[in-house]
Amino acid sequence: MKKKTTNTQESEKKYKANWKEKIKPYLYIAPAFVGIGLFTIYPVIKVLIWSFQKVNQLDTSKTKWVGMKNYSYLISNSAFQKTLLNTLIYTGGTLAIIMTCALILAFWLNKSQGHLTIFTQGAAFMPHVISSVSIALVFSMMMNPSFGLFNKVLTAIGLPASPWLTSSSTAMPSVVGVASWKAIGYYCLIIIGALQSISASIYEAASLDKAGVGVTLRKITIPMISPQLFFVIITMTIGSFKVFDTVRLLTDGGPNNATSVLVYYIYKQVFWESNIGRACAAGIVLLILVGILTIIYFKLLSKRVHYQ
Amino acid sequence: MYKVRKRIGSVISVILKLIVSFIFIFPFLWMLSVSLQSDAETQSMSLTLIPKTPQFQNYVNAWNSAPFPLYIRNSLLVIAGIVILQMLIMVPAAYAFAKMEFKGKNILFGIILIAFMMPIQIRFIPIYFMMSDWNLMDTLWPQILPHMTDAFGIFLLRQYFMQVPDELIEAAKLDKSTDLQIMWKIMLPMSRPGVASVILLSFVGHWNDYFWPLVMTNSDSVRPITIGVASLKATEGSLFWNTIMAGNMFLVIPVLIIYFLMARNIIKSFTYTGIK
Repeated sequence: MKKKTTNTQESEKKYKANWKEKIKPYLYIAPAFVGIGLFTIYPVIKVLIWSFQKVNQLDTSKTKWVGMKNYSYLISNSAFQKTLLNTLIYTGGTLAIIMTCALILAFWLNKSQGHLTIFTQGAAFMPHVISSVSIALVFSMMMNPSFGLFNKVLTAIGLPASPWLTSSSTAMPSVVGVASWKAIGYYCLIIIGALQSISASIYEAASLDKAGVGVTLRKITIPMISPQLFFVIITMTIGSFKVFDTVRLLTDGGPNNATSVLVYYIYKQVFWESNIGRACAAGIVLLILVGILTIIYFKLLSKRVHYQ
Repeated sequence: MYKVRKRIGSVISVILKLIVSFIFIFPFLWMLSVSLQSDAETQSMSLTLIPKTPQFQNYVNAWNSAPFPLYIRNSLLVIAGIVILQMLIMVPAAYAFAKMEFKGKNILFGIILIAFMMPIQIRFIPIYFMMSDWNLMDTLWPQILPHMTDAFGIFLLRQYFMQVPDELIEAAKLDKSTDLQIMWKIMLPMSRPGVASVILLSFVGHWNDYFWPLVMTNSDSVRPITIGVASLKATEGSLFWNTIMAGNMFLVIPVLIIYFLMARNIIKSFTYTGIK
């Protein structure tokens, strides 16, 4: 009898300890999930709900459902269409410039490990760690049409001055230029990292097989770094869709909405127009764009890993 | 002949490298130059590359034109708050994901990665109203709390924790160490580079951050340095670029010092893509 009770007590103890061990991992991740729940999942759901409502923040009881009205407004609104187009132009522009420059620089600077090469890599990377506020201020100073360095240099060498950020035809290329300048070094160093992870023995094997430079590049280098290239292209595209700082600081969306982009539009709807419903609908558009790219990325990545 | 050609090639390559470096460094040198120019030099139609007599007064003017001590204090408090909170939250989570087995582990980790994809540029709308409802808009909390879980940080720490050999943990458990002791005495010291990366990324990222404080602050008393520097352009007009650039230096110098001291580590932390 006595023995039996100790037995049950022991197994109860064991059961308790076991149970404790089982919930422990959940306790360890719980705070992180509180953060994700409060500041990611809840807000995203809220944005989705609000995108179908006419939101009244002062008196929430007056908030009402409007169906697809916010979305149909956006689709037919010319300012929003322009914003979407601008976002695509900005994305295409930065993608083309950054990829071209970063790839050329990476292949070139990967060749040697000398002090000057390391210095150049460090210099190219530097703008990435500096606040976009500082960079926007310096460039808007240099791009100032009357006192700016760029126009002073242009006129000194006999070229026509440019209005840079102040004309609707040159504002977007100027913004794209600044954003590209800031990011080239970052992507260049990611690609260099990828190039250096290819083991030398593969190249040795290729040279034993008398593979030419072109063949080596096409058959070895590019396929070997393609996961990182996918990563670079996708993060760059997603980043461009979310651009805000440079636009807000350089041009404030102007002149004449020439540089108004998606996030800037959302920001304006919230803080200038107080139209939360529309802002959220535009936000869902952004979310869908980001989502599509993310899915493409993981699809391509899994395919790639498959035959590696 | 081959030697000569090689030498010419290397001279050209040196020149090209210097030009590329110059393209990326020049705007910062120009910032420094203008910050030391006199009003006349900045506003003249001719170009001044190096100021005749450096005008350190510009820095005093910039410092006095806005409450910079307050802005800097706010920035540092926000960063400290974020780093402490993130460490308290992310270290246990990363430890659990790296070294514990539990049901739903993969799904839960997937949720973290998906959360990472949700743009802050849309989440700010409900969070802004949430913070107002909680009456926190006059405090620094709206700039700290929403950053409490950084999915990328958990991901990074987990990668480092996974490399700690299981035998060490088993041995510590036989010595009756609790999980808290294991985290503190084994995981953290053994993954020092990872922890340093996370803190470094947090520091630089939040010191430089413009968007979040812009949408999360209503009054000067809680604004960080980025907002202060950005507003110099409006208060100083487009004539006193020397004062604006002097103010800009306050924002740039701390990061540049860190960058010069540990460029290699910074580049490594920033370019860590998780794909190997």
